[in-house]
Amino acid sequence: MDTPVPDAATLLSVRGLHKRFGALHVLRGVDLNISRGDRIAILGASGSGKSTLLRCLNFLELPSAGRIAIGARPVGHETRRTDGSIDVRYREAELVRLRQRVGMVFQQFNLFPNMSALANVMEGPRTVLGLSRAEAEARAREELARVGLTDKLREYPARLSGGQKQRVAIARALAMRPEILLFDEPTSALDPELVGEVLHVIRTLAEEGRTMLLVTHEVGFAYHVASRVVFLAEGIILESGTPDEVLRHPREARTRAFLARHNEFNF
Amino acid sequence: MPYRWDFTSVLANWPALAVGALGTLRIFAICLVLGLGLGLIVGLGRYARRRVLYYPATAFVEFFRNTPVLVQILWFYFALPILVPVEISPLAAAALGISLNSAAFSADLFRGGIQSIEPGQWDGGRALGMTYAQTMRRIVLPQAVRRMVPALTNRAIEIFKMSTLASVVAYVELLHQGQLIASLHFNPIETYSVIAIAFFLFLYPLVRATYAIERRLARGD
Repeated sequence: MDTPVPDAATLLSVRGLHKRFGALHVLRGVDLNISRGDRIAILGASGSGKSTLLRCLNFLELPSAGRIAIGARPVGHETRRTDGSIDVRYREAELVRLRQRVGMVFQQFNLFPNMSALANVMEGPRTVLGLSRAEAEARAREELARVGLTDKLREYPARLSGGQKQRVAIARALAMRPEILLFDEPTSALDPELVGEVLHVIRTLAEEGRTMLLVTHEVGFAYHVASRVVFLAEGIILESGTPDEVLRHPREARTRAFLARHNEFNF
Repeated sequence: MPYRWDFTSVLANWPALAVGALGTLRIFAICLVLGLGLGLIVGLGRYARRRVLYYPATAFVEFFRNTPVLVQILWFYFALPILVPVEISPLAAAALGISLNSAAFSADLFRGGIQSIEPGQWDGGRALGMTYAQTMRRIVLPQAVRRMVPALTNRAIEIFKMSTLASVVAYVELLHQGQLIASLHFNPIETYSVIAIAFFLFLYPLVRATYAIERRLARGD
């Protein structure tokens, strides 16, 4: 395992991250450094904590223990409990600012069904960044053009295909001009024939040099697009390295088993 | 001998009925705005996880849901001015009773509507960097209210009909005017029939209009 040392290029660093849901201990001490331009693919069996890790990075889930720092600044402030242990508290205002810098794309798209594609993409710039209607619309048109949906501006999500919905969701995240993009299984809810168009958009974004983390089951895509692959098992990073190291020459038996299952029908 | 219906004495009093109808519409408008507005605020409190919001909101709902509106109106009109030195008009007492009762019932409609929105919608808003209030106002509430239109229509109908309770404190509305006409002309059958029909004629178009709104909203989905 790599021992992450944050340096000037580090955008986001994770130290000793734990997440519990009641008795369920999902993340058991994750360390991760994300530098500018990193394209990190997170692989792992279902239940290994991939999505939870991603959701902790923009604090849709609050860590149970450990620290996440954006740039050099740790998020939240430490208070000491009466028993001497450390508790980290998070202020809503701080998390809201942080989420503006970390965009997220969900498996289930989570588009706003009562708004057109254009309005979905305008919503963040309008409400959060306070742009004027004209500015927000210009930005939304630009981002929707980037994902190839210039002809669907006025459509409502219900009338879009899964692939189109996910592309609107990507445009919506991009319109906030985030420093990091988080993709949480962006193609897992799609019909197989629609996966390609979404992966194509993500690949284009990767080629533009954007920093991104991608939870995915598309091993082949991870191999070609990621700069680093992280294999998660039972809430810890079991293995991490270049795509070639992790996907072609895995050291851990469980990584090998996982890859064997995923390549079963590749011919 | 079959009863011979005779509406002339009722219809001759149409100016009094018109004044009553205006009174009914006035108290309806006030209670609709206050009842649903306050209901939204209390409903947000009921939805909130913070105890300082949840407990007062819950106490409010339980109190006003479990006491009769008629008693509340009488209490505000006769008891409140003795306890605190305020003049309270029949309209104020009746509007207060009906609005608070409606707020209590609509609070749980709002809470239920908000709860029915998928958690993914919250994720979608918050991932953009929206605050709780922004996500609620821009994303969750518009969708919740849309789903609530049938239930809110029922609330509006209830409020409209509850306005007749204002007659107990001599607020001038349709029923109050009807009682006056009936006692002056000894024609309760015709008068109360006319009052009932008048309510139907107000409410039925209102209900039809909300059906149309529902259909329009459904097109967006």
